[in-house]
Parts: sequence; C-alpha cells; structure tokens
Amino acid sequence: MHSSITKKLAITLLAWAIALVVFFPIFWMILTGFKTEGEAVATPPSLFFEPTLSGYHEVMARADYVKFAINSVVVSLGSTLLALLIAVPAAYSMAFLPTPRTRGTLLWMLSTKMLPPVGVLMPIYLLFRDLGLLDSLSGLIVIYMLMNLPIVVWMLYTFFKDVPKDILEAGRMDGAGTLQEVLYLLVPLTLPGIASTGLLSVILSWNEAFWSLNLTTSSAAPLTAFIASFSSPEGLFWAKLSAASTMAIAPILILGWMTQKQMVRGLTFGAVK
Amino acid sequence: MRSISLIPAAGVALLTSLAAHAETITVATVNNNDMIIMQGLTDEFEKAHPDIKLDWVVLEENVLRQRLTTDIATNGGQFDVMTIGTYEVPIWARQGWLTALDDLPKDYDENDLLKPIRDGLSQKGKLYALPFYGESSMMYYRKDLFEKAGIQMTEQPTWKEVRGWADKLNDPDNGVYGICLRGKPGWGENMAFLSTLVNTYGGRWFDEKWHPEIDSPAWKEAVSFYVDMMKHDGPPGATSNGFNENQALFSSGKCGIWVDATSAAGRLYDPSESKVADKLGFAPAPVAETPKGSHWLWSWALAIPQSSQSKDAAKTFITWATSKGYVDLVGEKKGWTSVPPGTRKSTYDNPKYQQAAPFASFVLKAIETADPTDPSAKPVPYTGVQYADIPEFQAIGTQVGQMIAAALAGQQTVDQALSNAQRSADRTMRQAGYYKD
Amino acid sequence: MRSFLLQAPAVSLLLLWMLVPLCMTLWFSFQRYNLLNPMISGFAGVDNYTYLLTDPALWTAMGNTLLLVGWVLAITVVGGTLLAVLFQQEFFGRGIARLLVIAPFFIMPTVSALIWKNMMMHPVNGVLAWLFNLFGFQAVDWFSSLPLTSIIIIVSWEWLPFALLILLTAIQSLDDDQVEAARMDGAGPIAIFWFITLPHLKRAISVVIMIEMIFLLTIFAEIFVTTSGGPGLASTNLAYLIYIRALLDFDVGGASAGGVIAIVLANIVAIFLIRTVARHLET
Repeated sequence: MHSSITKKLAITLLAWAIALVVFFPIFWMILTGFKTEGEAVATPPSLFFEPTLSGYHEVMARADYVKFAINSVVVSLGSTLLALLIAVPAAYSMAFLPTPRTRGTLLWMLSTKMLPPVGVLMPIYLLFRDLGLLDSLSGLIVIYMLMNLPIVVWMLYTFFKDVPKDILEAGRMDGAGTLQEVLYLLVPLTLPGIASTGLLSVILSWNEAFWSLNLTTSSAAPLTAFIASFSSPEGLFWAKLSAASTMAIAPILILGWMTQKQMVRGLTFGAVK
Repeated sequence: MRSISLIPAAGVALLTSLAAHAETITVATVNNNDMIIMQGLTDEFEKAHPDIKLDWVVLEENVLRQRLTTDIATNGGQFDVMTIGTYEVPIWARQGWLTALDDLPKDYDENDLLKPIRDGLSQKGKLYALPFYGESSMMYYRKDLFEKAGIQMTEQPTWKEVRGWADKLNDPDNGVYGICLRGKPGWGENMAFLSTLVNTYGGRWFDEKWHPEIDSPAWKEAVSFYVDMMKHDGPPGATSNGFNENQALFSSGKCGIWVDATSAAGRLYDPSESKVADKLGFAPAPVAETPKGSHWLWSWALAIPQSSQSKDAAKTFITWATSKGYVDLVGEKKGWTSVPPGTRKSTYDNPKYQQAAPFASFVLKAIETADPTDPSAKPVPYTGVQYADIPEFQAIGTQVGQMIAAALAGQQTVDQALSNAQRSADRTMRQAGYYKD
Repeated sequence: MRSFLLQAPAVSLLLLWMLVPLCMTLWFSFQRYNLLNPMISGFAGVDNYTYLLTDPALWTAMGNTLLLVGWVLAITVVGGTLLAVLFQQEFFGRGIARLLVIAPFFIMPTVSALIWKNMMMHPVNGVLAWLFNLFGFQAVDWFSSLPLTSIIIIVSWEWLPFALLILLTAIQSLDDDQVEAARMDGAGPIAIFWFITLPHLKRAISVVIMIEMIFLLTIFAEIFVTTSGGPGLASTNLAYLIYIRALLDFDVGGASAGGVIAIVLANIVAIFLIRTVARHLET
C-alpha cells in the first residue's frame, strides 16, 4: 500500500512537471500580456510585476476585436457545417457501398491537402476576383470547407465503417429510405464521432492563416488578420502582441478544453479504437 | 480593353448612387507607430469630412507588401489607399497601376516636401504618392559609454574608427555589445544596411549592363568587414535581428553603437520607451572609401491604385494625412517627437519641433544628402541607394541577404556566400531577360 | 449508382478544387508571367521547369522538407506514446494536467511561432537564454546556429498534444483484463508496454502519422515567422521555396512550376507512404 502511494506521488510529480513545461510558453504569453512593454523585454525575465491592462486597452482601442472574432466564428462554424453536410453522404457511400475505387478515391482526397496553398494563390485570387468573392465570408467558408473536406470525409468514413451493417439493414427492412437511414440511424449512432470531427474542423479553420490573410481585406477578416496587425511593427510590441494573441486564442482554447472529453469519446469510436 | 473598362464605370455609378451619404474608403497601411497614430486620428478626419468614412486594414510590413502587390497586379480593386515605399512607387507607376497626383490643392504646398523624397515618389516629373514619413540612416551611440572609454566622437566617423570603438565598448559580461547591426535576411532588412556599407566601400549592385557584381572585391571587403565585426562585437543571434530587434536591444541599453534608420530617433529619445534617452548621441552614418551611398533614403507614402473606385475621396484623405495641418495636429495631440519626420521643410523649420527633437538637423541633413540617382562611386543603371528599382530586386535582395546571413551564422565563408549569391542573382537576371550571354 | 450519387458532391467539389487551380497552375507554369512586370510574357516552354530543377535550392528544400517531417513524426509519435502511457495512470489533478498538456494544439501556428521566437528562444531576453545563463551555460543562438532544429522543436511542440490526444484515447480502450493477466504471468511493465500496449496502439499510431504528415509537408507559418528559411537555405522547405518564388519574386510562372512539382511529390508520397500506413487502417 505504501509503495503504491509513493508510486502515485512519483507519477503525479512527473506528469505535472511535463504538463507545466509543455504549457509554459502559453502561460508566459498570457503573463506577458499583463506587463508593460519595458517589462516584457526585461532581462532577466521579470516574474513579479505589477499587472497592467494597458496592453489590452491599447489593443481594444486600435482594432475592433469583436468584429474579427465574429468573422472567425462564422467562418469556422459555417465551413464545418458545410463540410459535414457534403461529407456525410460521401462517407456513407464509401463505408456501406464500397467499390474497388473507394480506397483510391479516399487517398486521392487526402493527397489534395499536400499541395502548399501558396502554389495556387494566384489562380485562386484571380478566380475569386472574377466571382466577386474577395473579402467575403462566403468565399472564405468555401475555401475552408474544401481545405478540411478530405480529413472530414476520411474521419467520418472510419466511424461509419464500424457501425454494424445489420442495424442499417434492419432499418431498411422497416422501410427506411437512404435519407431516413442516414438521418435516424447512422447519425445518432455516430454522433460522438461526428462531433469530434466537427470540432477538429473548427479548430483547423480557426487557426488557418494563409488564405484568411490573402483573401480578405477588412469586412471578412478573421482573428488571424487581427494578429497580423500587431505582429512585428517598429518599436516594442511584445506586450501588445501577447495581449492580442491571448484574445485570439482564448475562444478556441476554451472550446477545446470544454469539449476535450467529447473529442476523446468521439475518437474512441472509430479511427483509433 | 474597352469592355473591361466599362465594368468599373458601371460599378462606380452603382456605388455612388448607393452611397449617397458617406463614401467608405479602404486604407491599407503598415502597423508602425506613425501609422497607428494616423489611424487613431480617424475621428478628426471624419469630423472634417463627414461624407467620407475610413475603413482600416493594418498589417505587418511583409504581409502587407505581398497582399498589396497581389491585389494591384491582378487589378483586384480591394483598396483605395495603399501605403507603399519608395521602392514600389516608381515600379508601379511605370506599370500604370497608380493614379498620378497632379492637381493637388494649393494649400498642400508641394514645394514644401523635401526634394529627395519628392523625387523618389515621382516618375517622369509626376508625383504618384504622397510621403507620410521619410527616413535616412545614421549612427546612434551611447554618450556615457563613449565617455567612460575615453572615446571622442568625430564629425564624420569612418567605419575603421567605428570598428575600433566597438572593440573597446564590447563588454558582454555586463550585457553590453559593442555594435548592433541588422542581420535578419531580407531586402528591406540586412540588405538595406549592407547596401549602404557596400556603396561606401565603392561597390554596386549591378554594372551598367545589369550584370550583378556581388562577387566583386568591394563586396568582399565590405561583407568581410561586417561579418568580422559582428562576430567580435555584435550581440548573439544577430541573424534574427532586424530593425525592430535592434531597436529593442539599443533602447534597453545593450548596444554601444547602432547604425540604422533615422526614424528610430524619436522613440529612442522618448524616456517612456527607452532606457537610454538621456545618454543618446547622434552622428552621421559612417563612411569608408567614398561618401556616396553611405546612408539610405526611404519613405512610406500613400498612393491611390488605378483600380480604386473612390479616387476623389481617397485623394482627400491622402492630402489630409500628409499635410502641414496633420503635422500640427499630431504635434499638439501626441507631442512633437511623434510627428511624422522626414517629409516637409516646414516641420524642420518649426521651433517647437526643433526644441523637442534635438536630432532634427541631423536627420534633415542625412535625407537631403542622400542621392538615390547617384548611389555608388561607379555608374549604375538603377535608382536607389539601398535597392535597385526593378521588380526582380526584392527576390535578389532577399536571396543575397540569406547568403550573407549564412556567412554571419558561420555556415559558409564570406567568399562562398558571395559567390553563391552572385550565381543566384545572375540566374534571376538572366531568367528575367536582362541579358542573354 | 447510388454510391456514385452520394459521393458526387464531395468528389466533384474536390475535383474542381484540384483541377481548376491545377489547370491554371499548369498553364501558368509554361508561361513567362511575372506579376510585377507585364512586359515579360509569352510562352516559356519548359524554361520554368529547367530553371527550377537546376536550382540547387530545390534539392536542399526537399531534403529539409523530409528532415522536418521525419523528425517531427518521430518525436511526436514516440513522445506521444510515452506521454499517453503516463497520462493514463491515476494521479492527483490528472484532469487539469491533461488540459494543460493538450493546449498547444489549439494555438494558431503563427502565434506559437511568435511566442517561441520572441519569448522562449530569443538569445538575449528569451526564457531559455536566461535558464542557460542561470546554470552557467552559454546561451544558444537558436535560429542562427540550429535553425532547422528550432523549427522542429516548435512544430513538435504544436503536434505532440495531437498525438497524445489520439493515443490516449486509444490506450483507454485497452482491455484491462488482458493487462492484468499478463501481469499475473509475471510480465514487467516494459514487457507489457512492448507486447500488449504497443501492438494495441498500431492503428492509432497510423492515424497520427497520416494526419500529421499531411500537415507537416506544407509547414509554412512557423518558418515564415522565425527564420524566413535561413540562414542561407538551412530551414527552407518546399512550401517556403514556392513562397519565395510566388510572393517575393512574384514570378507566377516559376511558382506554378514549383506548385506542379509539389503536386507530383504529394502524389508520390500519397502512393508510397500513405498506402503503407493505410494498410494498418484496414483491419
């Protein structure tokens, strides 16, 4: 009994030490956001200081945080919903009506993600200009949807594949059409998996910083553009940048933390069981 | 061509009918201090011009430059006012992308603009952008450290003297490095500084037939001198230090000498941003073999793209933001050290500014003596002290900057770095069709 | 037929997404097209390709791309597995410790890179420099003396939590009875890990490798913010090289040729690597 307590203590110490080291950079950034610009670059780094909100005040005065945040929310939720809507039927057919080409299609989808976006910036920019999609939320939603679609299809496919075929079969016996089958049987059964796929897609969209910077101007600009307006100007900027960064990551970090259990539960379902 | 031009015209008609009350213009600018002040004065502008609303896009320099270039080159029409530099203005003006600014209001007083800056923003005698602030380069030093080491600053320091001083001042154990210079790769970062060093050593970017001269003896001498000095007397991590990082180092008291943009003076002299405000000394940028091209000339300026659909409103705004009245407004609201420097004679004649900014005369002299049309001891086919005004230069400058940073980091010798840089520049120029042989 | 109809939206959208830019990219890659210089124009033949393929930078960049992907995968998979075993144990405050350790995954790559560059690895006023000095070592000048290593550290930090999250999930579904039985038979913890836990994680590890690889091949923000690909070409990967062509040179022709090469590479990777990994997913 004694040794198991010692062991537990040792594990606690080790695990916490690792957790703190991994989290430290984020902690330090949050801390820096409450410093003055002078303290932010002080050597040795100052741990004890009088916290100030001046960094936050200046950030709020210079940029309309709420507008950027709303754009981020709309774009990441919109693109995720759209991606799910398109991916569910595709994944359904791949899982339940496989053809010899299914695996090839799936791999091809995933390979579309390996092209560096900067290589196709010019064609996309010209297309967007002609379609009037520059600086529009809908344009960004479409791009993000396409960006995440391969991963979403693939993840859903792994979840669907694990659903026992008999259940769907039984449903079909009762006269359910494909739509009912998907809506009333498949979706409820794999909801945790769908939710964690959606969460992953939201996180990836929220953090995307290439298309969002290059295809938006002001009215559709999300939080990544907000960050770019505080990074690396002339003069001292670390406290302000830290404050802005904290504001930009706070929503997604909190969402991630709150849904962490959900995400894990969903993942146990399919791919990584 | 005709059918294309009809569409914007229809667009304009539509827009003007929709926005009968207030016209919104989109202003893209860099996130530097002076521009942030301008953004902060939005209310003042909108009060004076109730029919115009300002929509700001503020981005860091690198992101802004690629964003604006993509947009203007594809005629994207996303911006009404663009903040660009003396490098872009002539190139873009030659392409017909910018609106010529010929009939400026009388009280704008074009002749008050400093001549080198005005020339830099003109193409064939026409102004294509209005200067928001301008800068040259000069030397900052720590008076207290110089005194302690018994060094006497000279009227016009030479690089050889500077090397000796840096050796004496260097004291890493106490957190003071002899000299801080740019090392971060980029045509606007380390190469801006290194171009001036190469110039004063008698080198040039291209010969008269556009062949790069990066492996010439003058380059070797200048770059060896730089690398050697930085290794002895520079701070660690010099290859990540650009203007910003060096300013942070110098203002927190870690450098004895710093040679960089004159626009840093106001901030270094401001006690709330700088620990060395009361110990700050100024001197002209050092020279070596020739004074030609030993200090650069740069200006951030406001221009109106041809693709803008609100050119008149945009013009109202840029004349306001670069006017004498704007300088006074900033002086009164934010203090005279914060006014945008380097654009107007009247600013330097203003006794309030002279009193608040003791560096004013140095800066003015540096700007007035910088000559982008004659930057090197040898003749050159290009304009620009720290750049050459061709589109290919951005890429060449950045690649050469990378090679020299590699030499500074000790991954290559200076000779290797320069011959690699020469080869890469030669490839680019050949590919762009400047010469065949 | 039904299968075709159901897949049609996803497949056709992705086809469009692939094909329209691909065709334009292909077209541009045979053109002399510089955004900043409309005077340069016309058919270039294979000039853009010869120019790119004879550029020594291309091979360096490919090497760096592979090093970056390989090292980050190795670090995150090994580290993630060990951490998953550790964080699956009962200990005080496990819930909170888990939250802390997965946090980096939610941070924007640009922000991560800025934190590491300015606050952690800065050679003068970074936390690491301070720690090194405290213990009497010379501060390391990360981005100039160890540029690729620094990038690998940052990227691993971002992706370790992802690997941990997936592997932790998988480890939780490990059958306790099986472990218990092995223990009864006298198997030590290392033997249990090697012969029971690890085989159980095989599928999850394949998932981690596959998803990470997709993202790691196009790493860009971290390099852009910290080293700008340097010093020299020491930390330039393929994505960054294409960026230099496209947005510094504004050489659309050259960048498109680079894009085409990247697509070809992506497909080679897809065929060889993903297929071997994907086999594990078919169980």
